[in-house]
Amino acid sequence: MGIRVISPGLATSVQDLGRPGYYHLGIPISGGMDRYALRCANLLVGNAENAAVLEAVFLGPEIEFTRNATVSVTGANLPPKVDGDIREGWTSFDVKKGQVLSFEYLQAGARAYIAISGGIDVPVVLGSRSLYGLGALGGFNGRTLQAGDEIGIGEKSGNSLAARSIPAALRRMPGSPAELRVISGIYWHRITEEAKANFFEDTWGVASEADRIGYRFQKGRPLSFIDRKQPFGAGSDPSNIVDSCYPYGSIQVPGGTEPIVLHRDAVSGGGYCMIGTVISADMDYIGQLQPNMDVNFAEVDLDTALAVRHERNSGLQQVREIN
Amino acid sequence: MATRYSFGGDDHIFAEVDEAMSLEAFFTSLSVTKAVKESQISAVTEVCPANASYQIKFDPDKIKPKDMLAELKRIESEAASAEAVISTRAVEIPVYYDDPWTRETLMRFRERHQDPNSTDLEYAARINNFDSIDSFIKAHSESPWFVTMVGFVAGLPFMYQMVERQRQIEVPKYLRPRTDTPKLTVGYGGCFACIYSVRGAGGYQMFGITPMPIYDPQQSISYLKDFMVFFNPGDIVKFKPIDRNSYDEGVEAVEAGTFEPVIRELVFSLDEFQSGIDEYNKNIGEMLHGN
Repeated sequence: MGIRVISPGLATSVQDLGRPGYYHLGIPISGGMDRYALRCANLLVGNAENAAVLEAVFLGPEIEFTRNATVSVTGANLPPKVDGDIREGWTSFDVKKGQVLSFEYLQAGARAYIAISGGIDVPVVLGSRSLYGLGALGGFNGRTLQAGDEIGIGEKSGNSLAARSIPAALRRMPGSPAELRVISGIYWHRITEEAKANFFEDTWGVASEADRIGYRFQKGRPLSFIDRKQPFGAGSDPSNIVDSCYPYGSIQVPGGTEPIVLHRDAVSGGGYCMIGTVISADMDYIGQLQPNMDVNFAEVDLDTALAVRHERNSGLQQVREIN
Repeated sequence: MATRYSFGGDDHIFAEVDEAMSLEAFFTSLSVTKAVKESQISAVTEVCPANASYQIKFDPDKIKPKDMLAELKRIESEAASAEAVISTRAVEIPVYYDDPWTRETLMRFRERHQDPNSTDLEYAARINNFDSIDSFIKAHSESPWFVTMVGFVAGLPFMYQMVERQRQIEVPKYLRPRTDTPKLTVGYGGCFACIYSVRGAGGYQMFGITPMPIYDPQQSISYLKDFMVFFNPGDIVKFKPIDRNSYDEGVEAVEAGTFEPVIRELVFSLDEFQSGIDEYNKNIGEMLHGN
């Protein structure tokens, strides 16, 4: 035993770095939507980077500790409190047996990562402790947390690691408006030249349907498709294709109206054409977007995407060296 | 058919074998993805065959995307010369067509359907020029199907019938997706049959239900103890119409842990199949249920 859930928050789930290798059977990678923040949270409390943590979205849980532990909260600015006293984000602190961890209201971002020294100890399913909610797989009993849940914490390694902190420059958050960099492709050729220009020109707003499966965007002008006789098996709408796989981060626009970017719990395939894919380095940012936030899509090439990824990896390396 | 490649971000390659669905396109997808898996490139983390396309995910810190693409093209050119032959299995799936549960569900969502005055089965039979629901069910269950993709959600098979294109059944999806579909509904959209592995939203027409679970994250069902997902791309499926009694018996057997799916191993050759489709399919039927 390690923690008892007093109130669960909105949709708090157990996540680690995910479950690769089963996407061809419709089981997505899952894992923290903001993987960088998840890794940082673990490093701050002396865990392995892929240890399981709690991912809280919009609203924090209230948790009683039944054991001493070191804790850190990264990602969204969701200020943690121990027995009512504020603690700093992106900084480790001690919680003693019997104390209660709770949270202030969300101030920025969308998802906070709560790492506890020793890691959340739920069964490993197909190589990961992450919850895949749609498939009732992994996590704590295949679901998000509920009041009364008693959850184990792994063996703590060594002494308290409290008061370690990640410098402000290394706390990554999307700007405002957020920019998501995109490599166009896959079925990009299916939309008109005008639609291609509009897609990158328009400012889009995050819709209320924004979760671990994907984020929907609205407010931009509808995208027109080039007329064609639909291929056999592709379905009748011009946005339809013969059902195919969907890359993580791929952007589909059913009916040409509202783009959807698939995320860690992606549906693995379907019949809507994809017009491009968000670059891997910007996927974490999506996990920190709130409904109604403004977003611009920016076109980049492959070399730029790799350079940005390299830069992001260097930032993570700096965090590793500090901790 | 010339495969069209595209990068999906900096960590996926998407390959469209053909814009249109065909067994040939599926076989290319299956053989290339099999060869990619066998090549054991350590940077590759996902290999996903689909109906007429495929996708791989890789770690761009370990291999440059352009090198990955070159490697993939090399593998594809080697796989293309291989014979279209696979070792696979045929599985019999019992289906209670026109069952009360999918019927109740489809009646609840009638305003989202093309034809609010008939059932999904009646509609599909009519637009595919069958004279009755029975003859439609016969066509649906007489010839087997290839599982050409597993996904959307965990364990859901997409299936393409092993008949010439002119005999393919085609139906549109619902005008607007339903918010509910019973678990294990046998559905249809475009030219694909599916089995809903879990209860949830869905846009496919609903024809019936099977008592045989195909996804079990608890792994408590006897034949899903080794692995929680039943289907793999390349499996052959034959539907067997059953009545209410057999359905109830099936459900009871699953609960009692005594249900055993009818499965036969076989080697499938695309050339042999195409040289005599009906004869080939008849043999598959005889292997499974001796009729």
